[in-house]
Amino acid sequence: MKRWSNLWWLGGLVVALVLPLLMTNPAYRGIAVYSLIFTACATSWNMFSGYSGYVNLGAAAFYGTGAYSEGLLANHLGMSGGAALFWLVPLAGVIAMAIGIPLGLVALRVRRHTFVVITIAIFFVFQLAATNFSFTGGTAGLTLPFIPWMASYFAVPFYYVALGILIFAIVLSAGVRRSRFGLQLLAIRDDEDRALGLGVKVGAVKLTGFVMSGFVIGMGGAVYALFQGQIYPQFVFDPLFDITIALMCFFGGFGTLLGPILGGLVLESAQQYLTVTYSNGGSLYLILFGALFLLVILFMPRGIVVYARDWWNRRESRAEAAQLAATVGANS
Amino acid sequence: LNSSALVHALIDGVLTGSVYALMAAGLTLIFGVMEIINLAQGILVILGAYLSYTLSTHFGIDLFLGLLITIPIMFVVGVVVQLVFVARLKGPDKTSMSILVTYAIALVLEGSLNQIYSVNYQQLNAWYVNKSFELFGVYFAYIYVYGFVLAVGLLSALYVMLYRTRFGASIRASLADQSAAALVGINVKMVSTICFGIGVAVTAAGGMIYGATNTFNASSGADLISRLLTIIVLGGMGSIGGAMVGGIMMVTLEDIVGVVWSPIWSTMSFFIVLVIVLSLRPQGIFGKRSARVA
Repeated sequence: MKRWSNLWWLGGLVVALVLPLLMTNPAYRGIAVYSLIFTACATSWNMFSGYSGYVNLGAAAFYGTGAYSEGLLANHLGMSGGAALFWLVPLAGVIAMAIGIPLGLVALRVRRHTFVVITIAIFFVFQLAATNFSFTGGTAGLTLPFIPWMASYFAVPFYYVALGILIFAIVLSAGVRRSRFGLQLLAIRDDEDRALGLGVKVGAVKLTGFVMSGFVIGMGGAVYALFQGQIYPQFVFDPLFDITIALMCFFGGFGTLLGPILGGLVLESAQQYLTVTYSNGGSLYLILFGALFLLVILFMPRGIVVYARDWWNRRESRAEAAQLAATVGANS
Repeated sequence: LNSSALVHALIDGVLTGSVYALMAAGLTLIFGVMEIINLAQGILVILGAYLSYTLSTHFGIDLFLGLLITIPIMFVVGVVVQLVFVARLKGPDKTSMSILVTYAIALVLEGSLNQIYSVNYQQLNAWYVNKSFELFGVYFAYIYVYGFVLAVGLLSALYVMLYRTRFGASIRASLADQSAAALVGINVKMVSTICFGIGVAVTAAGGMIYGATNTFNASSGADLISRLLTIIVLGGMGSIGGAMVGGIMMVTLEDIVGVVWSPIWSTMSFFIVLVIVLSLRPQGIFGKRSARVA
């Protein structure tokens, strides 16, 4: 199975690259763009929260910071709508990271469950700030430069930019997982006190992971802002964003590389499809989403990826046992 | 500076803050006994408000009298949530998982309340909501005082139960050390279930007062839970006294900053104080620091 895994990744990449050519409906292309953005964010979120066990329910602070940085930079630099706007996306990611440093210094002073609560609180500070400050445009939101591309083609460049960000996020997450730094994060998840005792610089490792995860999430917010053309505080600083990202990771497999990719692609496209198809499905969606979340956490707490792998291993060992029994039977 | 506005801010801080303290006390009780963070507390407050709304508009039952019905209902809701969902969570990730489970419950409840009551804002109504009286040159609706009396009454009842009864001793024993409590013959599972019920039951009273003093819809739950969480983190998680101090501090501070400076900064000021307190004392004002925290 291991031998085939590289081929699987390659196959996935090829499908992702040709997908917009096969899918000509602009609505579906839009769904694909959102799915890629969310999957990239989930992968990056998992790189910190999944590996270290510190569940960050304030990731929308990164997302919104990225979105507003993109919008404010584009407007202040007086840029006209076009592909050049994409050059600001990494910059927006860097700004989100910079914001992450003071946030991390405050939030990471406490252990796990209090951390969760503080990230929620910090997130609300950001939402309030975006609503109340004048330079963000307040509740009226912020309008980005209009991009004059044809509707039939509009989503395609966004698709490839988002795909690039997703690939970057996956490579980064895989690299971290295999590095010494990644092992330190995993050690913190398993037993923080013991990791500290063994000489892991717990504080610095946590802060680095937290800040790093902000880069892709900030870029995700920036692409979202460009794609929307108009952002509002309650939609980029959205509590549902925090929980959606977390659900994607738990659904797919918390702390695994493949989990958030699977969870992100499946859940975001399902959600977007429902929103596009049923106009008044807002509260129905909340009910469905919450119920699904409950089922996953109560019955598959380690996610689909781990669940499927266990099932596969059990099947293989059963088959081996059966084979062994047959050989023993034939010999006697 | 207008001094009567400042007086108003102070009085309102104590009156309204005590109601927040009551709702937060339920949250902190649940955390203290079970290490469960109940993110559904905010939406349960709103559910409590909607129950009072239904009783008063459809059956003409007085808001305070209706509590005799809504408090037991919310107690049962809490027990059901505990038995069906929360009791399944075990192991070292229990607290983190509880956050996700109760968040999911909150989403389902929010969607359902939207479906049943629509997203239009409501407010509870009674004669004492509209009539006001003068205190130190400032006008207050009667509901603020009645709500204060109710909140203080319930908090005192909670206090007496915790510190003057045998059952309260079992709760405090479970708070201190679950396995030691089980060893001396306390039925920790039973204590946990009843605590969850009590922790949720207070939302019936809190929700009624909240609904009478604010307009609300199902999405108000998100704002409420963020406030309640910051109150208990500030006061120290698991400490009921901390919930009271935190609740009153939050509302008073918001009101004073709103009067002295600008309403834009009022909500943010509390979060900033939270950040400062946590930088100096990560366990909160009255929180105890465990020797080894997972």
